[in-house]
Amino acid sequence: MLDSVIFYSFAGIAVISAALMITRRNAIHSAVFLITTLLATAGIFLQLRAEFLFISQIILYVGGIMVLFIFVIMLVRLDVPLPQIRSRTQKWIALLVALAVGVEAGVVIFLARKAPGQGLLIPNPAPADKLPPNTEELANSLFRTYLLPFEIASVLLLVAMVGAVVMAKKRTDA
Amino acid sequence: MNPTLHSILAFVQTWWVGLLCAVLIVLVVPLIAGYIVLVERKVMADMQARLGPMRVGPHGLLQPIADALKLLIKEDLIPDNADQFIFWFAPVLSMTAALTSMGAVAFGPWFQVARDINIGLLFVVGVSALGPFGIVLGGWASNNHYSIIGALRSTAQLISYETTAGFALVSGFLLAGTLNVRAIVETQRADHAWYIFLAPVGFFTYLIASIAETNRAPFDLPEAESELVAGYMTEYSGFRWSLYFLAEYANMIVVASVGTTLFLGGWLRPFPSVQWLGWLDAAPTLLLAAVGAYCVFRAGKQPARVQSLFMWAVAFACFVVAAIFALASPFSHLPLERMHDGLYGAFWFLLKDSVYIYIFMWLRFTLPRFRFDQLMRLGWHILIPLALINVVDVGIALALSSEFGLNRWLAMIVTTAATLGVAILLLRWNDKYSAAASAALLADSSVVEDPHAG
Repeated sequence: MLDSVIFYSFAGIAVISAALMITRRNAIHSAVFLITTLLATAGIFLQLRAEFLFISQIILYVGGIMVLFIFVIMLVRLDVPLPQIRSRTQKWIALLVALAVGVEAGVVIFLARKAPGQGLLIPNPAPADKLPPNTEELANSLFRTYLLPFEIASVLLLVAMVGAVVMAKKRTDA
Repeated sequence: MNPTLHSILAFVQTWWVGLLCAVLIVLVVPLIAGYIVLVERKVMADMQARLGPMRVGPHGLLQPIADALKLLIKEDLIPDNADQFIFWFAPVLSMTAALTSMGAVAFGPWFQVARDINIGLLFVVGVSALGPFGIVLGGWASNNHYSIIGALRSTAQLISYETTAGFALVSGFLLAGTLNVRAIVETQRADHAWYIFLAPVGFFTYLIASIAETNRAPFDLPEAESELVAGYMTEYSGFRWSLYFLAEYANMIVVASVGTTLFLGGWLRPFPSVQWLGWLDAAPTLLLAAVGAYCVFRAGKQPARVQSLFMWAVAFACFVVAAIFALASPFSHLPLERMHDGLYGAFWFLLKDSVYIYIFMWLRFTLPRFRFDQLMRLGWHILIPLALINVVDVGIALALSSEFGLNRWLAMIVTTAATLGVAILLLRWNDKYSAAASAALLADSSVVEDPHAG
């Protein structure tokens, strides 16, 4: 009961502020609503007892990436509309993509409901106080079970970062 | 009975300690923040050889209350061209983040709102990282050049120094092997060492980064009054301004608590397991009794009767608290184990917090403000590499002691020495670089035409 109240309120906040994020004219307002969406999503993670995911969502997305977004928004002139926003065809493409994603999500949820235990629904979830501490669980799966994929992903990110620095440096030198 | 009411009652029964602590924090933190301001003004006065606030109450003891009253009845201005909603919302966001993050701080073994959360200190750090949004959005919503420059400076500073703080905390987390606040303190008891001694570089990088994160001098560029009027707070007045002010001081308490918990042994007495230092348990009682006695001594010298009465009241309060401490102390042999743990834990924790905050003040009145490029260079060229290397070195030390059976202290000393060697290299390299950069800056500025020349 309490769980579903928490879930639906956070989900509602997330969906409404996501819609507001797209429809606002002012970029800072959009950013504020994006922050709200991310926080509400973090709340859903917490309701699912994924504490570590909750706090990494807040630290990385809200505390890190959104601060950068706002920084950039404040530095860039946004009252001049970009030419590609004005193009008409983009709307139709966007509608098509949105429909495709919606149908896809619907099909997945429908299939998952039909076969419990094989899809999204877990038949007998462990009670909240019996869950293993999930920071430790996450660390075990990242650094023991999936060490190689994790390292590959890290090296990839490092390469991307070094690449970004090199590209930015070239531009300032010229 | 009504099932809803029943479930609410059950909830309160399970969580009453946490709820009580939450209410207490919300009520007391503004008061404490006010008194930190008073202490700060007194410390500043002392360092500058003057008296500080003396008028309101004996020795200015009622000054914070008078200030709060003044702020409440001041006119609340919102500029016409400000973004109304965000202008209203930003200070609230700052304050909420600061108070929420206190929820996971353990001010003693019993005084904690959310007791057994697995992510512990990470929660404190993550939620308090939302506070700067209040600064940025408030600065932007004010629609004022000074405000927005303050906001931008604050963002840049936050991004730079939060990385350092994160790495410094990681070095502590590695030693503790957990994120849970209570477990961190208990491992320090089991290890017979505060982590400031095992990872000194981690502590000092965290100290510097935490000063920068709370926007205090010498890192107070977002509100540098000689350059930016008051930075992001320029357009704020009255109660909204005081919310920002409270948030700043609440944040100070938060960073001090994180530093205390991870590096200074939390609520543990110094040397908790050494038998012959058991007399340290008498320290709280003696300290409070001494303060009370001093108040009695000063009461006779007050110029007005009201003031000496007030001093007597303060002295009485001190004696009462000292008596409670004496009752709960291990020397009284009363069955008050839990009370002893809670009271003495809170005392040592708050004492360590106060020392931490005193260091903030000391640095504020000693060092001049950084220039912005100096701030950035310190952050990116020295502190981040240093903190990163420290994490690696602490990891190596832990591996040496657990895999190869090397003495833990020896391993830590060796790796700390290695980290400090790297620090010296960084400094020398940076000196060379900064000399070149300053020369370039000077050469550049000579090209800029002086509008007032000729």
